[in-house]
Amino acid sequence: MQTIASDIDKIRSDFPILSRKVHNKPLVYFDNAATTQKPQVVIDAIVNYYTDLNSNVHRGVHYLSQQATTAFEDVRTKIQKFINAAYRHEIIYTRGCTESINLVAGSWGKANIKAGDEILISALEHHSNIVPWQMLCEEKGAQLKVCPILEDGSLDMNTLSALMTPSTKLLAITHISNTLGTVNPVKEITRMAHEKGIVVLIDGAQALSHMKVDVQDIDCDFYAFSAHKVYGPMGIGGLYGKEKILNAMPPWQGGGEMIKNVTFEKTTYNELPFKFEAGTPNVGDVLGFGAALDYVNEIGLDQIAAREHELLEYATERFLSDPLIRIIGRAPEKASLISFMIGDIHPYDAGTIIDQFGVAVRTGTHCTQPLMDSLGIPGTIRASFAFYNTKEEIDKLMEAIVKVEQLFL
Amino acid sequence: MSKIEETTSAIINEFDIFDDWMDKYNYLIELGKSLPLIDEKHKTESNLIQGCQSRVWLHASYDGTLIHFTADSDAVITKGIANLLIRAFSEHTPQEILDSSTEFLNEIGLTQHLSPTRSNGMLSMIKQIKMYALAFKTKQAMGS
Repeated sequence: MQTIASDIDKIRSDFPILSRKVHNKPLVYFDNAATTQKPQVVIDAIVNYYTDLNSNVHRGVHYLSQQATTAFEDVRTKIQKFINAAYRHEIIYTRGCTESINLVAGSWGKANIKAGDEILISALEHHSNIVPWQMLCEEKGAQLKVCPILEDGSLDMNTLSALMTPSTKLLAITHISNTLGTVNPVKEITRMAHEKGIVVLIDGAQALSHMKVDVQDIDCDFYAFSAHKVYGPMGIGGLYGKEKILNAMPPWQGGGEMIKNVTFEKTTYNELPFKFEAGTPNVGDVLGFGAALDYVNEIGLDQIAAREHELLEYATERFLSDPLIRIIGRAPEKASLISFMIGDIHPYDAGTIIDQFGVAVRTGTHCTQPLMDSLGIPGTIRASFAFYNTKEEIDKLMEAIVKVEQLFL
Repeated sequence: MSKIEETTSAIINEFDIFDDWMDKYNYLIELGKSLPLIDEKHKTESNLIQGCQSRVWLHASYDGTLIHFTADSDAVITKGIANLLIRAFSEHTPQEILDSSTEFLNEIGLTQHLSPTRSNGMLSMIKQIKMYALAFKTKQAMGS
């Protein structure tokens, strides 16, 4: 059987950007949790759309429009299969994970949350799974409750259970922490919440590229995701929602596509999924998303997970051999990223020097400011790995870290 | 040549010696470590420059003629930049500061290596320095 390791040169050549230089050094791209790089097939799919297929979907009887519509709707089916949704109309196209969460807050939230209700989130959340709920709570007079984490960065399950009260209407929680890498036991969490009649939304931004996601097995009510974190283009993503709950929700944005019949007196709305897709959609990027999912399926999520695990193990081992490095987040179930500090060196200082080695890492609070506050640190340096990364690249990061130590300590 | 220009061309000359980026950073780090300490009482929320990856405090006082700046940051490179800015702009009149150019930062290759984003706070610091100059000038013109 071919493995990613034996095929790594070929795989890396699928991603044109990986051969470029930064500061005259070969790029080492370790910012995959922020966005993954795009294989040529994704770039080609977008170019081909605008070269050969561009036309508006769903409304034209002409050939091009029908062809574009078919391609656009085929991707919906691909996404359905990728996350194992029961029906294709349970997949709503959005601009990305953030918009998906805002859709739920703006539609389901407005219709179902009232004064005195509680929305439960965790301390691991990205700002995009905090702020929409804060805004909703403010508007409705509801309360936002936050489940803390344990010292190793895993979720405090006992407190989570205790925070699920009769007033809790929604649990919005991340599948994988973008900052610490913690993988939450979302299936178990969903079961706990459902036992108490709580609706569950999962922020899957970080999960789709790393592991097989099965929304029916998890049994969550909503699952939000972005294409650009799974080797697809930016500006496109989706929301999975159970048919029953999506049907009961009021429309969110108004406009074309989402209507059935419009008069100045009364408008009737389209059925799923179009009810939630107002305006001309981002067809080109949807096709890019489809190509990305095909590419991932071809490599195989099992292979990807195994490769990323290997890189994580290697990096963790190398980091642990340096007594100055402190790894932040050591949950037993972890995705392929490491947040760390080098002594007390400010992440900005470290990141500036590491960048000069051509190594792209993220520094700062990673859009999880409350999490950083609770850990009592100004931010971290985060190296996040994808299957196209190599152990040699991790060695280069270590070289850069040694230089940082020389300069600042 | 104004006094500020004299200082900034001296800074350009100092940085000219280094052809390697690492030496440049090394020097900046030294400058950061040697930045005169800000009075702890000035590290207030209102002196904090918002939106930087590192925290930067900039304090200004005016004796009726000259503006005196002190600064601090929790990141060393940012402190090095603050040191350069203070060396160039502190102990000058509001008008001198308002008339001065910040072109020297380009010439020493800092904007090339330090992204002109909010992340390093350099642009925010410059903006704040100019705002203080304008505020003190206006205050004096109003005779208060």
